[in-house]
Amino acid sequence: MTTTTSALGGSIRRREDPALIQGLGTYADDVTPHGTVYVAFARSPYAHAKINSIDTSAAAAADGVVAVYTNSDVSHLGDLLAQVKIVKGRPLLAGDEVNHVGEAVAMVVAEDSYKARDAADLIDVDYEPMKAVIDLKEAASDVALVHDDLESNVILAWEAGPWGDEEGIAATQQTIDDAKARDDTVSVSVEAVNQRLMPVAIEPRSVVAEWEAGYGRFVIHSSSQVPHALMGAVKTTFGLDATHVQVIAPEVGGGFGVKLNVYADEILVCFAAQQLDRPVKWTETRRESSGSSIHGRGWLGTATITGTRDGEILGYELDAIADMGAYEQNFTVAIPFLGLFVGSGQYGFPTHWKVTCVFTNKMTTDACRGAGRPEAAYYLERAIDAYAREIGVDPIDVRKKAFIEKFDEAVVSPIGFAMDTGDYATNLDKLVEVSGYENLKAERDAARAEGRYVGIGVSSYCEVCGFAPTALAELGFSWSTYGLPAGFYGSGLVRVNPDASVTVITGTGPSGQGHQTAWAQLVSDRLGIPVERIRVIHGDTGEAPMGIGTFGSRSVAVDGSATYDAADRVAAKAKDIAAHLLEASADDIELSAEGASVAGSPDSSIEWGEIAAAAYLPHRLGESEIEGGLESHVIFDPPNATWPFGSHLAMVEVDPDTGNVEILRYFTVDDCGIQINPMIVAGQVQGGVTHGIGQALLEEVVYDEDGNLLTSSLLDYPIPTAEDVPFYEIDSTVTPTNVNSIGAKGIGEAGTIGAAQTVVNAVVDALEPLGVKHVDMPLRPKRVWAAIQEARG
Amino acid sequence: MQVSMTVNGRDVSADVENRTLLVHFLREELRLTGTHVGCETGYCGACTVHVDGKPVKSCTMFAVQANGADIATIEGMASNGDLHPIQEGFWERHGLQCGFCTPGMIMSAASLLEENSDPSEAEIRHGIEGNLCRCTGYHNIVRAVEYAGAKMRGEEPAPPDWEEGS
Repeated sequence: MTTTTSALGGSIRRREDPALIQGLGTYADDVTPHGTVYVAFARSPYAHAKINSIDTSAAAAADGVVAVYTNSDVSHLGDLLAQVKIVKGRPLLAGDEVNHVGEAVAMVVAEDSYKARDAADLIDVDYEPMKAVIDLKEAASDVALVHDDLESNVILAWEAGPWGDEEGIAATQQTIDDAKARDDTVSVSVEAVNQRLMPVAIEPRSVVAEWEAGYGRFVIHSSSQVPHALMGAVKTTFGLDATHVQVIAPEVGGGFGVKLNVYADEILVCFAAQQLDRPVKWTETRRESSGSSIHGRGWLGTATITGTRDGEILGYELDAIADMGAYEQNFTVAIPFLGLFVGSGQYGFPTHWKVTCVFTNKMTTDACRGAGRPEAAYYLERAIDAYAREIGVDPIDVRKKAFIEKFDEAVVSPIGFAMDTGDYATNLDKLVEVSGYENLKAERDAARAEGRYVGIGVSSYCEVCGFAPTALAELGFSWSTYGLPAGFYGSGLVRVNPDASVTVITGTGPSGQGHQTAWAQLVSDRLGIPVERIRVIHGDTGEAPMGIGTFGSRSVAVDGSATYDAADRVAAKAKDIAAHLLEASADDIELSAEGASVAGSPDSSIEWGEIAAAAYLPHRLGESEIEGGLESHVIFDPPNATWPFGSHLAMVEVDPDTGNVEILRYFTVDDCGIQINPMIVAGQVQGGVTHGIGQALLEEVVYDEDGNLLTSSLLDYPIPTAEDVPFYEIDSTVTPTNVNSIGAKGIGEAGTIGAAQTVVNAVVDALEPLGVKHVDMPLRPKRVWAAIQEARG
Repeated sequence: MQVSMTVNGRDVSADVENRTLLVHFLREELRLTGTHVGCETGYCGACTVHVDGKPVKSCTMFAVQANGADIATIEGMASNGDLHPIQEGFWERHGLQCGFCTPGMIMSAASLLEENSDPSEAEIRHGIEGNLCRCTGYHNIVRAVEYAGAKMRGEEPAPPDWEEGS
């Protein structure tokens, strides 16, 4: 066997990299078919206004302009489609009113991108400004309405404890109220903002549509995490079938949720390509990305832990408002629902969890790395930390006392969902061990004695990934995957070609997660064929008949498992063919990098090339009744989601004179089950943690009271640089899931879900000598300095 | 306006509008699409190229300002099929995920190592501070630059973190 470099579990170099490190990868904006024309949008400067009229004549007459479109040209196509929509979707172009700054009002198409932008500036719109709904509490109390045709800004409230059981929720609240009434208990509340973020992929979104008029067919390149969703939206909007819409997500320069959407601009670019019979391209500017691509988070809530004075938690309550922005897009109201799944974290105590989703006159919110789960973890873990601090018990001890015990078979959480497997105490114990927690505490205390402000923060988290089993996807909504029934299945096709190279086609849409490498490792593990001979195709609806895309840390657990199972079936057939050719029993055949051999008879062997050729030259199969071909396509519907978990620890120092927070050490012990490529897993954690640190220390979307966006560039919206973060100290425990054949759970968001509260807990610990109990994110120097000044009186 | 310059050792000339940015000239006129546009404000660094040997964010420069200059882009880093040590470092140390920031990051790292052949961790972090990456958390980018520095000094790079079980 020469599979040592390809076996599952090896930290092999990525198959993706040679092209990317030489600048030879193809991203959507690199695709410029002959005759391409360019789009620019005129966008609303108002958060809320009536549109009295739009004058496009100057733009239409401008140099190089090919076409100008407004709502009346495209309204027959209907609103933008979404996978979850409760009450109000987005018009493709604004109709008689605009509802956030940056909403597209008109589209200009011109011979080059500079001319298109010049002309867009000539669009003259007569706006009549209206009151903007910005503040979340005002939105929830309907002080003014975002949409006049609705009775309330409130879309719905997600409530659990357990979910979907009103009597159970009332009983849970009664239990918590009884605990509060006891003499030996204390209730500690944290009112906190989990601020609105921009996901910020470094690659702006870009879409290029070609209309093949002779064939009545679209070919679309888009920087999308969900190419099949875009295909579904285009075919539904334009009345085509799947063979007439091919969406290709080429190299995608980061996703983080911002590309987990079908956008109006993608549909409009297709419309223009069809109208003009020319290739049409639109690439957003960073300013457009900031105001007109989706945001995430945006919660305001109060989290309360009730427990005894010696550290036994008796109940947890969360009451929060979540900002949905002006319109629902792909998953908008479903994001807090993802948070609900893990509302009780790793714990067994009674939990009453409620989040109310409201419209505001801001850009739509949707998935931002973690998507609901960082918010849920933040409130829970901040409240636990505040409680531990209040009663003077080590936060590690408080958590361990409250953990659900190790389980190998499904356990139902207080929120009401069956979790697959978990071993939380072992995980936290490992964090204590690898971080040298006791030594760190001694270091902190020594620093404190010198008058320095050093602190340690810890957080555990529970995640939910692998979306989605049909059983879960049918909850909560009438989900639509653009014409398919509920269920977010995984797709994997494995084909051994006649020359014994392997083509793998999968339904994912990665943006840097390394699927070409990891999927090749999965297939190599089953077939023995080296990864160098395995090509993985993803993000192409012309190749994969179905696919759900890459988000929610779902790809390995769902599509990866489908591919693994397909490779298993191909291996079985390869053994049948080899057995026939070697005149042996299939049960005795062993596969390797070279081919097949008969167990115990090393001389009786055959190369992969012979096996593969025989599969496509049926006369070589003789009377074996083996059908020609050597491939399998598996669609996998997992029986449950996966529930990864982990614990993080940060050690920080606060400069009391400037308020600057420096992260001295950062430890992670994540548990994503079986790891296909530990190098890639660690990379996901490092990137994820940095995203969480960005939320904790730097990032915040700011709208003023009139709804003007004050953070429309990377200067106003800083994300972490190399100087803001340390080397990470990464470790793991391995608790395999039992809901897929790999045993893998998912790791793409774990770092982000664990990080923000870990850092804030550490900063609060650092400032404990001053009596600071909470500082809202982002903990920029000015805000921390102000908290220090206030505490010092 | 007519501009002439040398790009990756090749003489090029073209008629461009005065307002054409250097990055658009490279990407659209010369089809050198390895140089990326991430923010158009000079902040993200994805468009970093070398102009007369110095790293420049090519979204902040007009093509006409580069008239007569010697330009190097990511496409010119490998020679005769051999990767530059920095490219090799990014591959060996998992210094990239989506790859979008990578060309600019590699160009900045090349300038850093030219000025300082044995930078400390802090010097590396400072040297790439003008290039944003959203995927890696910079950990493995710093490792990649350390690897390249060792290679360029003729030393054996330290083993990867995952072999140490870090």
